[in-house]
Amino acid sequence: MEIIYRYDGTFEGFLSCVFDSYVNKEYPTAFQDEAHIAGSLFPARWVGTDLRHAQRVLVSLGKIDPYARELVVKGFLTCAPERERIIYRFIRSLYAVGKPLLRQLSDEAVLPLLKAVRHLDGEVHLLKGFVRFSDFEGTLAGEIRPKNRVLPLLRPHFCDRMYNETFLLYDRTHREALVHQTGKWAIIPLESFKMAAPSAEEAQYRRLWKRFYDTIEIKERRNPGLRMSNMPKRYWETMTEFQDEDYFLAGADPLPEHQMQRRTLEGKRHDAR
Amino acid sequence: MDVMEKLTILTDAAKYDAACTSSGAQRGHKAGHIGNTSSSIAGCCHTFSGDGRCVTLLKVLMTNCCVYDCKYCVNRCSNDTRRAVFTPEELADLTIQFYRRNYIEGLFLSSGVLVSPDYTTERMIRCLDLLRNHYRFNGYIHAKAIPGTSQELVTRLGLLADRLSVNIELPSEQGLTTLAPNKTRKAIFRPMGLITNTLKENKEELVKYRHAPRFAPAGQSTQMIIGATPDSDRHILSLTQSLYDKYSLKRVFYSAYVPVVENTLLPALDTKPPLLREHRLYQADWLLRFYGFRAEELLDEDDPNFNPLVDPKCSWALKHPEFFPVEVNTASREELLRVPGVGTVSVKRILYARRARKLEHEDLRKMGIVMKRAQYFITCKGKILDGLKLQQDSILRGLIAAERAALPGAELEQLSLFEQAG
Repeated sequence: MEIIYRYDGTFEGFLSCVFDSYVNKEYPTAFQDEAHIAGSLFPARWVGTDLRHAQRVLVSLGKIDPYARELVVKGFLTCAPERERIIYRFIRSLYAVGKPLLRQLSDEAVLPLLKAVRHLDGEVHLLKGFVRFSDFEGTLAGEIRPKNRVLPLLRPHFCDRMYNETFLLYDRTHREALVHQTGKWAIIPLESFKMAAPSAEEAQYRRLWKRFYDTIEIKERRNPGLRMSNMPKRYWETMTEFQDEDYFLAGADPLPEHQMQRRTLEGKRHDAR
Repeated sequence: MDVMEKLTILTDAAKYDAACTSSGAQRGHKAGHIGNTSSSIAGCCHTFSGDGRCVTLLKVLMTNCCVYDCKYCVNRCSNDTRRAVFTPEELADLTIQFYRRNYIEGLFLSSGVLVSPDYTTERMIRCLDLLRNHYRFNGYIHAKAIPGTSQELVTRLGLLADRLSVNIELPSEQGLTTLAPNKTRKAIFRPMGLITNTLKENKEELVKYRHAPRFAPAGQSTQMIIGATPDSDRHILSLTQSLYDKYSLKRVFYSAYVPVVENTLLPALDTKPPLLREHRLYQADWLLRFYGFRAEELLDEDDPNFNPLVDPKCSWALKHPEFFPVEVNTASREELLRVPGVGTVSVKRILYARRARKLEHEDLRKMGIVMKRAQYFITCKGKILDGLKLQQDSILRGLIAAERAALPGAELEQLSLFEQAG
């Protein structure tokens, strides 16, 4: 029987769905997050989040193999369409086959999850370099617009590197922020975030960086295609060196929202080419 | 002169240095210090400049004043160009402020020779000392060791930096004599050997005393200019091989020569930088470091230069039909690494996956092996891919087509496929 599971959109909620599907002896064909419930022809079941159930599922995965558990945890952070279905399929197979499933790299139950997680890991790796912070009287703030939910994976890197700093890193896509102060951190939902205008000093360092960036290029070797494949245009939106002149003036407004959207569209057109 | 102007002049003068990596040092956060070094094996790129090259470090010269007169260099003393000198404070402040904003991974400090090698190195040391011990900077530092510097100063420099490098500049003694009259091969290799020995001693010390100060934990690298002298690829690659063997270098960088000066001894000013050649050398360099190849396998007296049409690995494979096909399900790691289209990650996946069950061609494609190249050289359960023609010229054509789109363009246009293939 076709059935859809609805849950609150949290990771624990999803694991509770996994737990309940075994209790109910069902194989849900789709999972719907509370926030995006669409009408459907199939019957649906609401699954409430039960932290003990979620914990039992997670522990059981770790017992089969810590790497399997990692794949599931990371899988839930990816932007893969129907990521819940992909993860669910992997978990079903994993319980059936056990640890050897992990070696089936081309298996339909494993491959989509591996691909999604590789995409996530790739984006995390790039963003470790592409994140830009600005200094506001000693507090650092930065913004990104990633495809995957990268903050939990960027967290250890930036919290170690910037241990003595107070900083905020805002994820525009998922509307959440990583905040950190000397070793203590939290990832909190944040509906909107607008960066303050730069001080004279901050604007000066932005200009110095922009100058360095423009000067380090060897003009005789110009190769925009190579740059774009190494650093896709969708990341440029939040990087200092690609902002308009206004961004480098003290006291000027940060990028207005409509401009940012235009930039994103341009980036998309380039990506498609 | 303000910092903006100095930064412009001293970046412009440093940009031809190819090395810009931050890998090799894995150092976590230290109480009271600023930053750490990348834990990733691949290092961390912070941006890519318009030429597509990675920017990891604040790459600048301490000064572009130089007493030497190397013909190929923009900073030679006879060149009429604007000169600038960073004060240690300016440089330390730039590094820290750029680092805090996550613009960079650390500092790459090189310098023209001011007064003498020792004098210059002492100034560099003063600068790095300020950065490390006053500003408490714990990020990555790459410093250039200048040929002719005394042993004691090189050691002190190495204790402050993560990586040291001595540039070989030109691949042959002859090139040096004509183009860099103030440098000799011996003067370049002396500090290199010195660093290698100090690294070895430091390693032994660290075994005995865990807290012994670390000398250049990310090792030593070098770079040479390609295309300013008539040296063959074979010569360059053998030199590279011996540098890895004898001096345990971490990296050898190649820099395609960009004509910056009119001189009868040098290529004309309108010569394009030999980017494809540089690309082939880097491909071969990877084969030496990660794929178990030796320089003498890749090039010999009859073929002293790389084929512009196919990469060095394919080139080797085409010359060694006796080695292929390789059976994916039973071949050793070393054998798999020699198959075109199969990289180190692919090999890892194959070895991991084939313990569960025998692999088919379709599995390999899904696992990310580049079948456009690999298909000609492998069997799965004894079978080659269905419908594949295994004739020398069709293989060559297929391999050329597989790579072409990704190559630096300019030089290829002049080549006809049939001249080379025939």
